Order: sequence, then structure tokens, then C-alpha cells
Amino acid sequence: MTAETFDAIAIGADRGERPWHRTMRRLVKRRAALVGLVVVVFFIMLSTLAPIVSPYDPLATSWAMVRKPPSMVHLFGTDEIGRDILARIIWGGRASLMAGIVSVSLALVIGVPIGLLTGYAGGIVDGTIMRLIDAMLAIPFLILAIALAAFLGPNLTNAMIAIGVSQMPVFVRLTRGQVLSVKHEDYIEAARAVGNPDRRIVLRHILPNIIPPLLVQATLAIAAAIIAEASLSFLGLGQQPPNPSWGSMLNTAKNFIQQAPWMAIWPGLAIFGLVLSLNLFGDGLRDALDPKADS
Amino acid sequence: MCAKGLGMTMPRLLAATLLLIAATFTAIDPSPAAARVLRIGLADDPDMLDPTLARTYTGRIVFAAMCDKLVDITPELDIAPQLATEWQWVDGNKGLVLKLRQGVLFQDGEPLDAGAVKFSIERHLNMPGSNRKAEISAVSGVEIIDDHTVKLVLKAPFAPLLAALSDRAGMIVSPKAAEAPGDFANHPVCAGPYKFVERVAQDRIVLERFADYWNKDAVKFDRIVFMPIPDSTVRLANLQSGGLDMIERLAATDLETARKDSRLKVATITGLGYQSLSINLNNGPRAQNPLGQDPRVREALELSLDRAALNEVVFNGLFQPGNQWVGPSNPFYVKSHPAPARDVAKAKQLLAAAAAPNPRVTLMMTTVPEMMRAAQVIQAMAAEAGFDIKIQATESGAALQASVDGQFELSLNGWSGRTDPDGNLYNFVSCKAPPALNVARYCNPTVDEELDAARTAGDAASRLAHYAKVADRILADRPLIYLWHPTWLFAMNAKIAGFEPYPDGLIRPQGMTMQ
Amino acid sequence: MTTFLLRRIALTLPTLFFVSVLIFGLQQLLPGDPALALAGENQDPAVIAYLHQKYHLDRPILVRYALWVQGVLQGDLGESIRIKRPVLDLIREKLPVTAELASLALVIALAIGVPVGIIAAVKHDTAVDYGATMAALWGLSIPNFWLGILMILLFSVEWGLLPASGFVAPGESLKQNLLTLVMPAFVLGNAIAAVMMRHTRSAMLQVLSADYIRTARAKGLGELRVILRHALHNALVPVVTLGALEFGQLLSGAVLTEQVFTIPGFGKLIVDAVFSRDYAVVQGVVLCTAMAYIALNLLADVAYVLINPRLRP
Repeated sequence: MTAETFDAIAIGADRGERPWHRTMRRLVKRRAALVGLVVVVFFIMLSTLAPIVSPYDPLATSWAMVRKPPSMVHLFGTDEIGRDILARIIWGGRASLMAGIVSVSLALVIGVPIGLLTGYAGGIVDGTIMRLIDAMLAIPFLILAIALAAFLGPNLTNAMIAIGVSQMPVFVRLTRGQVLSVKHEDYIEAARAVGNPDRRIVLRHILPNIIPPLLVQATLAIAAAIIAEASLSFLGLGQQPPNPSWGSMLNTAKNFIQQAPWMAIWPGLAIFGLVLSLNLFGDGLRDALDPKADS
Repeated sequence: MCAKGLGMTMPRLLAATLLLIAATFTAIDPSPAAARVLRIGLADDPDMLDPTLARTYTGRIVFAAMCDKLVDITPELDIAPQLATEWQWVDGNKGLVLKLRQGVLFQDGEPLDAGAVKFSIERHLNMPGSNRKAEISAVSGVEIIDDHTVKLVLKAPFAPLLAALSDRAGMIVSPKAAEAPGDFANHPVCAGPYKFVERVAQDRIVLERFADYWNKDAVKFDRIVFMPIPDSTVRLANLQSGGLDMIERLAATDLETARKDSRLKVATITGLGYQSLSINLNNGPRAQNPLGQDPRVREALELSLDRAALNEVVFNGLFQPGNQWVGPSNPFYVKSHPAPARDVAKAKQLLAAAAAPNPRVTLMMTTVPEMMRAAQVIQAMAAEAGFDIKIQATESGAALQASVDGQFELSLNGWSGRTDPDGNLYNFVSCKAPPALNVARYCNPTVDEELDAARTAGDAASRLAHYAKVADRILADRPLIYLWHPTWLFAMNAKIAGFEPYPDGLIRPQGMTMQ
Repeated sequence: MTTFLLRRIALTLPTLFFVSVLIFGLQQLLPGDPALALAGENQDPAVIAYLHQKYHLDRPILVRYALWVQGVLQGDLGESIRIKRPVLDLIREKLPVTAELASLALVIALAIGVPVGIIAAVKHDTAVDYGATMAALWGLSIPNFWLGILMILLFSVEWGLLPASGFVAPGESLKQNLLTLVMPAFVLGNAIAAVMMRHTRSAMLQVLSADYIRTARAKGLGELRVILRHALHNALVPVVTLGALEFGQLLSGAVLTEQVFTIPGFGKLIVDAVFSRDYAVVQGVVLCTAMAYIALNLLADVAYVLINPRLRP
């Protein structure tokens, strides 16, 4: 048999309802997850359309309007050097979302190939790499992030790199675990018996089957990364002034809680809303993808 | 090698914790002794409690309660007696004779005599790693004249000496304790009102009243506990909730909150320090830019700034705008050079004349919230004159290194301040200054002559004349653009009486009581 | 079994080696000469040179690594250059503090996460499920430091119920000790509670659909009895083992919580040490936490194998 024929058989192996349809059906039934998805999409669109939607320049200062409460002119109030908070929330969403998406993408792009390699190869390659990954996991994420950010310099890009690097081990482990559980399935054995090269097996047969749990983990990791960016801001790393990010806005606002609470309320709500939604959607996705649980 | 006590199973741990909680709330709490304790919140953790090796400002606050010095300052910056009661310049100002107070004991019971003073000063001069050596390097030796009289012998006249002796360089330590095995910092013994009891790193420093202090009637509290709490909001929260009795370095933006709180009261005083913009004139390749090379561009930068508005926005108007290394009310302020008013039009003209209408400059500063606010305001103000300033927040360790290595064009930094104007100036602009302090690498031999002359001159008036000449040059060359002088802000329990703020920002327990 | 155990222990050695290399290398990458940070305000060049010489800062990196490893193997973790005390002493002083904080946080996490997870699983797919899930998830959706500051302002400043920050050793006053730890433990435990909830919920869902549960239900046993007596302890096993692995998360969270509440534990020690380039402290502390993490992993692996005979080699 040719390789193409074999592929066709392997992919079409699950007769009956296609997996994606089943996932979608289950997902739609979970209202919390749907709400989460809607909120996430809303924030993404808000950030993308920031130049159009933002009422002011987020960097425009005004000495006369320092720490003014919400009003018709400034719907969310102004901050400690007179900038419009609503504008900074909208533009800050870009920074926070990017922090989440870019760092997790980095973790995926590095972690998944390593996981595929070490899971499929096994033996001493697997052993060595996993010891290294264990070592990385043994160092508390924040310490790793602080050290990296201090080395690279405190700014948003380096915070994203630091968060991405410290999340990478989780994806390596997850991928490896999935590869290990699939490695000895019949259709993989058969593909190997036919003479498919390893790379093809990994990329065309194994990878598509392990995407679902990776997707779930990625969603949850983005949520964690947004919180991590806020945490790094607290330590003086992460997005630097005058550019906004919700984390750094929250960090600045914590010193003005008694004088200007609105400075803290909006970024706090924004982080809470987005991260909670991501978590709800991720959990819902996991439930929907779980082949055992059936409603 | 390290304790691993985490082997209990979950249910057992749960049960144990619940039992513990139940037990504590039924147990009788031992009532605290009716001791009067003063709990002070510090803005950061002091370093080593050894006056010879100590290097942080915050450490000085602890020393103010623990280690008396030869002389002290008054709030008006005059020199006052402390361990020495009289002093006199002799030998053409190359000798300083100090008469010591009678009957002073160290906290370990040893008498404080001329031998102890000689020991301490020589320790400051000769101990490896001593951070005091540079401060009193003019002293070549100490002579004992009699049991309670010493003479400090100088290589050349040095007017700032008494001011140096009013700080850590004048702190006298017990020779017996200093020579005992182990690090002195872990068991310091001095002659101040409170003696060292214990220190838990990053948690607290506990001092107890020294019963045989020479001025014991002025000392009312039995114990002082210092607690470092770096976040200013949390520090204030502790004070408001009663966990602390006093805090130093209240954030300027919190002053109103503290004033409005009836549980608290505040005290303020203009400090000795300053904050400035340092410009890289000659420290490596990054000095090669219009700002570093052309004095007109530097003048334009200064003219684009509104010091009063900066103070207003960032510090609620509480700090003191300034343009020299000492504040406008300081006796050594050069009155012929008042702070220039903002003049954006002139700034633009100067930039045009320098053929640099939009200079791009990177402004480096550390990630301290108030510095970041100030930097953003400076960026916005200078932008109106055409400057394109990019803010580069740098973590403090990296910033220090970058300053030394010349990896900066413009940097926002400051100096905590010394009593004598020389302490605020010499090490930053002289050719012989330490490279880590004169980061601009400014070097002008005429200025150096005047600085040296000001050090050796005998009276304040002639010193001021020399400093006026220094100002003529420095304020035109602008290796530093001085911006403001921080005000020390203290908040405390409203029941505390007798606290007097000093320009050095230290807390002197003598005279303080709780009602 | 014994060979399995020995093999697992032997595998931890290369991990430890990698940890030591990683953390040592990371420190060296940090820009900034520690002698500069240590020379304080006066920046006397003589002091800087003296510090270079005293702490071997001018030797090549491999030499310094070798010196450090040699010290570690002899039980000497070096000295904190900032406060001049042996690192081992600092660890002995601060480890119990963070351990207590982490334990309390774990207790709170379990106390919130497990019941909520059970409820969510039993009332699967109903409004109760969603409500309970949201309640547990909010802990993951708030930055640690932010929740901490809010709680301080509410419970300490406004209501005066709890101390705003600081730490009292249990030896001195157990009541004060617990009072100072209540808020930090809650803040820290909150995030872990969400993870516990997830694990419990999915474990319970799996168990509840098992055959023996159907049998118990068919026999007519009350629902509560089914849950508590038959389902729960099976579901708890993976939860507990996974809980041990959350230790790494706990430590990361502790770093921030200790900063906010000024608790003199490991986390605060490490953060301050990184910023003041106190190499020996960072290396020593990370090595210790790594060892604890590895030990916990080992315990979890062993427990898992003991409980689940199918996984035995």
C-alpha cells in the first residue's frame, strides 16, 4: 500500500461523528465556556481596534488633570500624571494580551518539538532532556523570570521571553506524555511497519492527535501568563513607562488606592475579566474534548 | 543539609493544623510586659551594623539610636557636642583637638576614653573594606593627649572634617567588642542610648535601652524595634492599623491621607540630598551625541523643564525644587545663580543654533515608582522643546554598572546628602573623584582648584566664595542638572511627642515619648 | 520495588547537577558587578577592589563554579555578601517560615478546592457546577499582589482585625503567628485552590462514572454515602499526589506574597538576593528548593506506584 492510502485510512479511522463536530456540540452546551469565549474575543477585538476605539492618546499627559475621578470627559478617570485611563486600558489590553499570546507561543514553539523528539526517540536522548526539563521545573518560575528579566533588561519583550521560557517545560512534559501514550497504538505501529519515515509519523500521525490537550493547556497558560506579567510589573520588571499594560497600571495604582481608587479598579477588573474568561473557556474546552465524559 | 520537614500526609497535617488553631484560641496569651516599645517602619533593610563597613542610608537610622558619635548636628546644621564636649583647630588647621565627655560608658560597661577613640578612628582608616576611609582620608593619625583628650592629625587642612565626624566616621565602638571573635556587625557595641539585642534578617532589629547611657534622662522608651517594609503603601497601612508607631519616608502622595487620619500625625523637613539628571560628557562612546558634546543642547534641556510643575505633579508640591547641589535655604547656596524659569522658546532657539532640533536621548533610571513618574514628566516637558526622550527603566544593580561603564546618555539619579556641601559636590565633579560617582566624567582643573581651596579654607565666607566660582563653571557646563531636594516625610502615631526632624532624615530617640 | 526506588533516586542526581549549572550560569549572566552594589554610596575604588578579591569575583567562571560545588559538598553554602551571614544559617532561619506559610496555604487550598470540586462534579453541568467553578477560579484570575494589598487595606486598615504585615515566630506567640499568616496564606492558597478544584472535579467525574459506583447506586445506597464512602477516597489519591507537585507553584507564589506582606521567608530572601546580586544566597536557596521539589516528586511517584499496582514496573 502507498503511504497516501495509509494516511487516508488512519485519519478516517474514527467512523461516525467527526471529533471536531462532537467537540463543538459539547462546547456549545456549556454556557460558561461560551461566555468566556465571547469575552475573550471581545478583548481581542478591542485591542486590535485600539487606534480607532481609544478616545485619547494613552501617552498624552496633562498637568491640570492629574488623578481626576471618572467624568464625562474622562469616562474612567485620569491617572497620576493626567493620562486618560480608558485609553490606557484599551491600549494596555494589547500589551497584556501580547504578553500572554507571545509568551505561550514561544513556549509552544520550543516546547512541543522538544517534547515530540524526546517522547518519540526515547532512550538516552529522552533521559537527558527530561533531566534538564526537571531541573528547569525545580527552579521556581518567578525566580527564573526575575533572573532572565534582570539579565535581558526590564521591558515587555523580555518579560514575554522570560515567561515563555519558564512555561516551556510544561509543554515539553505534556507533549511527551501524549506522545508516549499514542506511540504504541496500532495505527502508529502499522505506519512504521509500512516504512514511513519517523518525521512523517510524528508530524502527520502523532501531532494532530495530541493537539487538543495542547490547545487546552495553551489557553490556560495564556491566562497564567497575563497574571505573570502583572506579577513581574510588581517587581519592577515587565512593561515600562510610559507604555501601558494592565499589570503595570495595577502596580502603579496600588500606591494610590486611598486617593484615587479608580486607577486600580479598571485594570483590576480588566485582568480579572479576561483571565477568568480564558480559564472558563479552557476548562470548557477540556471538558468538551474529553472522550470519556459524555453528556 | 537543609531541613526537609514536609513528609506528613495530608489528613494528618489537616488534623494537626485544626488542633493547633483550636488550641491557640483557648490558650491564654501571655500578657506583654508593660514595656514602652517604639516600633519604627523602615523603607528598606539596613546592611551591616558595623559603622566602619556600613554603606546604606537606612543603616544610619539604626545607628542614630545605637551608636553615639563624637559630634552631632543641630537642625540648623551647626555642629553640636555629643561624645566630645569641646573642640579646637590647632597647628594651622592641621590638627583637631577634641575634649571627650567624662563618665561615658560603652554598652558592655567599658569606659569610653581617648584610647577607645583612637582605636575607632584608626579602625575606620585601616580596616580592609572600610567605607569610612574615603570620608576621613585627610586624617593621618590620632594622638592621645590625656585620658579624655585626643588630637586628630591631618595631612592638610580639611574643613569638612567635623561634618564627617557627625556621621558614621565619628562613631566610637568598644575596642573590647570589636576585637572579640566573630563579625562585629553581629554583636555591635557602641555608646548610644540603645543597645543591640537581636536581628532577624529582613524582619526586624531589636534594641533595648542602655541603663547607663550618659544622657539617660532623655530616653523614655524601653525598646525600639525597626522593621523594614519596602512598599510604602504597606508601610503606611501598618501604621494606620496600629502595627507600627512611626514610619520614615512616607510617600509624598500619601501625606494627605496621613494628615486626614486622626490616629496619625506627620512631620516634615527639607533634606540634605538632591536628585539630578546626570549627563554623559566623557564616559565612553555614548558621550558622542549632541547632548553630551554641546553645552547649548544641555542648556536647552534645562530650559525645557518646569521644576515647580514637576514638583507639583510628582510630589504634590511637597519637595523643594532646586538647581544646585544644596538647597536654596542652605547657607552655602550660591545666590547669584537662582533656578532658571522654564523657557521653551529659548530652548528651541538653542537647539536650532546647535543644529540639533530633535535630539534623541535615552533616559536611564531605576524602577522606583517616584523616579518613573518624574521621568515621564521630564519626557513630556522636554518633548515640547523638541527632545525625543526614550525612557529606559533599569534594575538597580544593572543601572549602577551601566553608570560606571558609561552605558548611558542621560540618567536620573540622586544623592542622599551630607551635612557639608563638599560631601554633595566634590566626588561628583572633581577630576580625582571615584569613577563610580563622577559618572559624567567631568574634569575641569580650574574647578578642582576651587574645590580644593574650599576644603582648606578656614571660614564659611571664604568657602562660599570658592563655591560661587565653582557654580559659575558647573552651572554653565551642566554635567548635572539639579532638579529637586527631597523632603523627609515622617508619619507617626498621634500620641508620640518630642520628635524633632533633622535635615539628615534620621530619627533621634532622645526626647521622644508616647503619651 | 527497591531497584525501582534506587533507580529513581539515581536519576535525581543529573537533575541536581543541571539545576546547579542553570542557577550558577543564570547568576553570572546578570549584568552588574556585585562589588559595585555592595560598595554602597561612597563607591570607594579600594573597597571595590577588596570585595573583588575577597569573594573571588575576579576569577574565571569555571573556577568559581568549582569552588562553589566544592563548598556545597562539604556543607558550606557560602556567605551572604550583603549581610555577612552564612547562607546555611539564613536558610535554617527562613525555611520554616516559608514552609509554614506554604503548608497553611495548602490547607486552605484543599479546604476550598476539594469540597468545591466534589460539588461541581456531583452537580455536573448544572448552574451549581458553573457557580462553584467560577468561585474557585477567581483565585487564579487575580494577581497575587493585588489581592494581598486589597486584603491589607480592608482587614487591617479599615477594620483593624489583622496585622498588616510582618511575622511572629510560633515560638513567641502562636496566636500572633497565625494572625500574621492568615491573609498571606489565603492569598497564596487561593490560586492553588483553583487547581485543586480542577483536579478533584475531573478525578471525581472519572470515579463517579465507574462501574462500582453504579453498583453502589443500584444497591440503593444514599447519594451522600456513595460520594463520601466510595468515591471520595479514590478520587483523592491523584489529587493528593498532584498537590505535592504544586509545591513549585506554591514557592513561586510565596515569592510575591512574602514581598507584599513583608514575611521574612525564602521568597523574600531570594528576590532581594537577585536584585542585590548576592550570588551565594540565590544559589544556595535555589539548590535547597530544588532538592525539596525533587524529593516531593520522588514521593509522589512512589506513592502513585504503590497505590496503582498496574503502574509497577
